[in-house]
Amino acid sequence: MIDIQISENPLVPQTCQDAVADPSAGGAVIFLGTVRNQTKGKKVIKLEFESYVPMAVKEMHKIAETIVTKWGALHVSMHHRIGLLEVGEIPVIIAVATAHRQAAFEACQYAINTLKETVPIWKKEIFEDGAVWVSAHP
Amino acid sequence: MKIKIVPFGIAKEIMQGSNITLDLDVSASIADLKKILKEEYPDFERLNSLKFAINENYEADHFQMQEGDEVVIIPPVSGG
Repeated sequence: MIDIQISENPLVPQTCQDAVADPSAGGAVIFLGTVRNQTKGKKVIKLEFESYVPMAVKEMHKIAETIVTKWGALHVSMHHRIGLLEVGEIPVIIAVATAHRQAAFEACQYAINTLKETVPIWKKEIFEDGAVWVSAHP
Repeated sequence: MKIKIVPFGIAKEIMQGSNITLDLDVSASIADLKKILKEEYPDFERLNSLKFAINENYEADHFQMQEGDEVVIIPPVSGG
């Protein structure tokens, strides 16, 4: 089962855990991204996430389908939040359940790495004295 | 032909927030569009990457647009 969501509401890890629960799974790896309080020593106040939602959902589906095909995942749940997030909040959750744990670790890492490369979501770091779109410039 | 341009993220700031409609030569490609945008908005040159999507799919430089297409500008993504 593939469960993809982009939401303006706080993400709930238990929801993703429940989405990948399966009696034939030997384990589930759940990655939680969290908003860090600094970037290169500069204090971050908030993050703002923007997305081209229909395409982001499509690209996240592609990642999940690859995980099912390549790692034999039983279930994949990927939730991403958009809007304004405070330090400590969760912008992304990825849960992968597989028969054996090694595949779940690898697949989960693939998912977050690929999401950061292909999914049309943009993050703006808001500092005390301004804001920067992450990764925009060299 | 008329092509609607929809920017996201920093592209929206570079274009001062606006969706615009461009009148391009028939069968203009993504490469042609990229050139026109970089001439009009030189700040696009400074980005790490500049991609384009039509119908929610990334399209490469050689892709030829059609009248009425909506082209989404995808600056460097940074989700997660």
